Parts: sequence; structure tokens; C-alpha cells
Amino acid sequence: MKRKHFASATALVAAGVLALSACGEAPEDSGAGGGEGGDGADYKACIVSDAGGWDDKSFNQSAAEGLEEAVEELGIEEARAESQSDSDFAPNVDNMVAQSCNITLGVGFLLEDSIHDAAEANSDMHFGLIDSAFSDADGNPADLENGKPIIFNTAEASFLAGYLAAGMTESGTVATFGGIQIPSVTIFMDGFADGVDQYNEDNDGDEVKLLGWDKDAQEGSFSGDFDNQSQGQALTEQFISQDADIIMPVAGPVGLGAASAAQGVDGTKIIWVDSDGYESTDYGDIILTSVMKEISNAVKDTIAEDVDGNFSAEPYVGTLENEGVGLAPYHDFEGDVPDELDEKIQELRDQIISGELTVESPSSP
Amino acid sequence: MTEKTATGQTVPVAQGDIPAAEAPKPTVLREILAGSWLVSVLSIVVGLLVGAVLIAASDSGVQGTLGYFFSRPADFFMAVWRTVSEAYLALFRGAVFDWQAQTFVRAVRPVTESLVASTPLILAGLGIALGFRSGLFNIGGQGQVILGAIFAGFFGYWFTLPLGLHMLVAVVAGIVGGAIWGGIAGALKARTGANEVIVTIMLNSIAGYLIAYLLKQQWFRQTGSANPQSRDVDAAASLFPLLPDPFRLNAGFLIAIAATVFVWWLLERSTLGFEFRAVGENPHAARTAGISVGRVTLVVMMIAGALAGLAGASQVLGTEQRLTMGIGGSLGFDAITVALLGRSRPLGTFLAGLLFGAFKAGGYTMQAQTGTPIDIILVVQSVIVLLIAAPPLVRAIFRLPAPVGKGAR
Repeated sequence: MKRKHFASATALVAAGVLALSACGEAPEDSGAGGGEGGDGADYKACIVSDAGGWDDKSFNQSAAEGLEEAVEELGIEEARAESQSDSDFAPNVDNMVAQSCNITLGVGFLLEDSIHDAAEANSDMHFGLIDSAFSDADGNPADLENGKPIIFNTAEASFLAGYLAAGMTESGTVATFGGIQIPSVTIFMDGFADGVDQYNEDNDGDEVKLLGWDKDAQEGSFSGDFDNQSQGQALTEQFISQDADIIMPVAGPVGLGAASAAQGVDGTKIIWVDSDGYESTDYGDIILTSVMKEISNAVKDTIAEDVDGNFSAEPYVGTLENEGVGLAPYHDFEGDVPDELDEKIQELRDQIISGELTVESPSSP
Repeated sequence: MTEKTATGQTVPVAQGDIPAAEAPKPTVLREILAGSWLVSVLSIVVGLLVGAVLIAASDSGVQGTLGYFFSRPADFFMAVWRTVSEAYLALFRGAVFDWQAQTFVRAVRPVTESLVASTPLILAGLGIALGFRSGLFNIGGQGQVILGAIFAGFFGYWFTLPLGLHMLVAVVAGIVGGAIWGGIAGALKARTGANEVIVTIMLNSIAGYLIAYLLKQQWFRQTGSANPQSRDVDAAASLFPLLPDPFRLNAGFLIAIAATVFVWWLLERSTLGFEFRAVGENPHAARTAGISVGRVTLVVMMIAGALAGLAGASQVLGTEQRLTMGIGGSLGFDAITVALLGRSRPLGTFLAGLLFGAFKAGGYTMQAQTGTPIDIILVVQSVIVLLIAAPPLVRAIFRLPAPVGKGAR
């Protein structure tokens, strides 16, 4: 009886092999399977994720895409390590050091400790940290000679999103929520709140209400993690039942739950974050705009600079001015946004760039 | 690990029951073949084989050669061999000894990293194993680890005490934290008969949100930054390193060894442990024999929680040196697999913890150097535990004889 099982299993495998059209031509004498031919410089860029993994549709993914582009354009070698829990950070970073990576990038503030330690122990190697500055044991800012923080002043862009939301709402109520209460999340919410306030100031008659975040108290709604989409859906339903019609989820993939809740209610719109949600998600038709954080460009540029021998530990701060952060096009809502409002947003954008208007957040880099 | 029962029961059974015609078969060999440790070893082999198939299947080079399999099959087998052997050699280099390392320190460091990774697995695994032996399905290792970490961490940086004393206080705090969390589940079961599986799972969630809440509070974190992580634990409170700097091996591993011996003594040599096992075998009979099942449930859960709490303490005081939201990782659940692989025996759990720790440490190197997805390690571990849980499956695969006697399970 077992023999029969073996036979059928073998047949299945054989059929599978055939089905995979195994009759192709053999290539000319290439080293079989030798995918990685480092024809470029003798340079290795390495990256360690946080627990989100490379497919989080958020900052880990953006960082990995930046590395991918750098590898393609510069012909360098790469190594990646995905962390599954906090105890993985130090060993993963250490493994990168062990294989003599020229630059090792850590994605997320949780890797601060590991990258910091590795940078201090290996002064001949370069390091980068995405979404966080370096700090000493007591949490005070610290500078490293071979460690570059890559941070983003997203408040500037979400300020514009808040202004837009306040100008576009029909119910007079907008909302935002975060994944976990950490600076790189609340900075979005601070900017959004300020944008709404600015709109209310400019238009005396209106009093657009913001749900989900109180900037002064630094308190608001959080889904608790960056994976549980149904939690995002539940929160969004709560907001909708309180009359909110534009919602900005700052919670990576949890925002997909928010989008699916919003899709069920006519006239409800979503403001996406990190990437242009019109392209990266299936909810393009309800995405008013996106607050973009150009992590992949920053990663690519940092690596390119290092390959050219121009590494500097000077922090990279993404702003509206250097287009490290920005507002995505309105796409489907192009025709719905009044010209007046759009002009006002452009004006505010220019004011922020020129420094006439500063968007402040306790979480600003 | 069951030789005692195996040797105790099978020899007379084999001589008495098997007809004379079949008797010449050496019973010792038969015992080994039927014995459970062989099933464990073979499960590991099968797990690694499944992993090899996945490694090959997920490699783009191998997929490429499959495209022209019939015109040059050798390419395919070469690619499979190279991919799999590279991955597993990297796993070995990351877990035991790295002969490609540039310095001697780097070459011998992997084995110490395996021990570092295995420390919390052994400690939490012992807690789970103790529950299994006493008939309790303790799924709450995760919450107990987190509580242990919270207590140990907070006592580790909240105040300063002299060297040595501070470490002791912090470790004891971790034990207490875990014991409280385990004790809640034990008390609920003992008093109200609540199902310990459900209660412990709920307590896991509560612990997860508790640490998230605490790390938001400035008084608890004691740092200037708003990031949800605590201050570093005091140097006097951290578990002292066993080796100089580049090595991370610390006194936590000694605690793990001590805990293994303690659990062995508790289960095999103490009256209390006898009661635990009696309740585990048959609570009704134990009650009839005058053992208070409720008291045993409470005490077992407290000790199990204390062991898991020690795992949390070893993480925060030894390896990580600070509290973060993810300090528990998936330790509580990994510990269940460790206890299963160890067959809930103290030594078995210790060895299983070492193996899974080695997988963990080796996995980092395998992923970083060969680009093999880290999830494959998880699949290998899961297959191993799956097979351990179903010994007849392993025997069927390798055509081993069925176990003789009832003792060998």
C-alpha cells in the first residue's frame, strides 16, 4: 500500500516537472544558477528589517525597494536579513558586520541599539538608521561618525493633508488614528491636526472637528499594532458613526482595514500614508491623496553616496523642500478638489519650504 | 528519555509474550528502534529534508535550471545540491563553528550565540513541560515571560543597589512576576474550574497590552525620548557575562542549567513532584489518594510561571538590557514546541532548547549569507514537532517496528 503511495507521489512530481515546461533550451555554459554575478564594484550594501518584514506595504518594503534599485543601478552586492522579533536585531546586524558589509542599514527605531553598538565597535564600516536618530543610553541625542540617521519630517506633508481634508469634508468631521504610539507615527497625526486647525483659522465660519488625535495632550486612537486589519476596520467604523468622512490611518497595513470600512459608506474617503496608496493598494477610488515618505529614494541615495566615497554621518531629513516627504496627486479626485483649495495648499507648501510657516511637532526630527 | 519505563517493562514482556520462533531477534535493538529518542532524531532528519526541499524550491537559480530540466538535468541537481548544501552549511557555521571567519573569536562565537538563543527557550520550555507533566496545558508562557521581563527590567533600572545584590533582586523580581501571572491562571482553575488553556491565552493578551501601556508611561520608561522602550538596566543588575566583550553569553545560561536540575529534582525526587505527576496521570485517582488537586494546580502554575518569568528576566537582564514591546518575541509559543520535542522531560527540554537555539542562531547566518528565507527554519521546527507529536507517522516513514509494551510512547 505504501508502495502505491510512493508511486503516485513520484508520478505527481514527474507530472509537475513536465507541467513546469521543463523542455526549455539549456543556456550556454553559464555557471548553473549563478544568479548573483557581482560585476560592479566590490561593494556590499546590507539591510536589516524590523519585525514587519519586507512585505509590510510600508517602510520595510520601501527600504528594501530602495536597496533593490541601488543594486540594479550600481551593480553592487546586497544582503538582507528579516527580523521576526526584537531579539533578532542584534544577531542580524552582527551577521552583516561579520560578512564585512560596507554599509548596513537598519529599518526602524527599534534597531537603534543594535546599529549604534555595531557602529561604535566597527569604526571602519558605515551604518544607517531609518526613521530614528541615534541616542545614548538615557535617550539623549548622540552623534556617530559612521552612522547616518535617515529621518523624515512628515508633519510638513501631513499638515497639507489635514488642510485638504478640512477643506474637502462635507460632514465637518475628519479623523485619524495610528498603529502604535511612537514618534514616527504621531508626527503624521500632529501635522494633520495642525493642518485642520490652520483651515479653521483661515475660514472663520467653519469649525471642522478632528477625531482620533489631541495634539496638545498627545493622546488619541491607536489600533495597537501594525498587522491587525480588523482593528483598523472597527476603529474606522466608529469614526464613521461619529460623522467623520475623511480618515487618515497611520498604521501601515492596518490602513487596509480602514479602507475597506470606508468603502462600504458612500462619500467616505481615505488619506493613505508612506506610499501613494492609489498605486500600492486596491482602494484607489476612495483615496483622496497620500502623505508620502520617500524612504526608497533616501536609501538609494545614501548607498550611492557611500559607493562614491562620499558618505557623511550628517542626518538625512526628508522635508517638503528636498521632496523627501510630499503630498501625492489627487488622482480620481482631481476634479473634485476646488481650485481655490488646491491653490491655497500650494501656497502653504511654498510657505513651509521658504520657512515662513513652520510645522512643529514634539516628534519632529 | 523514557528508557526507564522502556527497560523496566519491555524486557519481561518481550520474553514472555513473543513466540519462540520470533524470539532470536535481539530485544535490545528492537527497543532502540521502538524507543522514542530514535523517533526524535528521525523527526529532526525529516524536518531538515523538508527544509531542503523548500530551500531548493524557493531558490531562483534552481527554478531557472528546472526550465530546461530535460535538456540538461545535471544542472538542476547541481543547483539543488549547491543551494541546499550552502544553506545548511551556513546554518551550521552560524550555530556551531564558523571556519570561514576572519578571526578566531568570530569563528568560535556562533556556538556561544546558540547558547544565548537557547537560554530563554530552555527556561520557558521547562515551565511548559512542568505543566504538561502535571496535566496542565499552559499556553500562557508568553504572558508569563512578559511579566517576568517587566518585573525584572523595572527592578533592574528603577533604583540602584550594590553589585550582585541588585542582580539577585532583579532576577527574583522576574520570578515573582511570572509566578503571579501563572498563579492567576492556576488559582482560577483551582477555584472555579476555568479552563487553563483559555485563561492563559487571555492573560497573554492582557500582558501584551500591559507592557504596551507601561512603556507609554514616562515614570515607567524613565527615558527622555518618546519611543516605547525603557532605560537600560543598571550595570549592577545585569546578568554578568561569562566571556569577554564580543561574546554575549551571560549568567542566564547558568540559570538555565540550574533550573533544569531543579525541575528534574522537583519532578523525580521530591514529594511535591510526585503529587504533580500523580495529578498529571490521573487527577481522580490522585484526589482519592488524598492529594489536593486544586493546590497542585495552583503550585504547578506558579512554578511554571516562575520559570517563564526567569526566561523573561534572562532576556531583559542578560541579552537585551532594556525593555521593549517585543521583549517576549514568540518565546512563549516556541517554548511549547521545545517542551514537546523534549517530551516534557527536564533533560529532553534542555537538549531541545539547545537545538532550537542553534537553529535560531544559525538561521541568522543562513539568511544573511545565502539569502534563504528565515521562515524555512520555522517550517523545519514545525515539521519536527509535528512528527514528534505523531510517532506512528515517523515509524511509517522509516518502517520502524511498532513499540513494544505500553511504556514507550
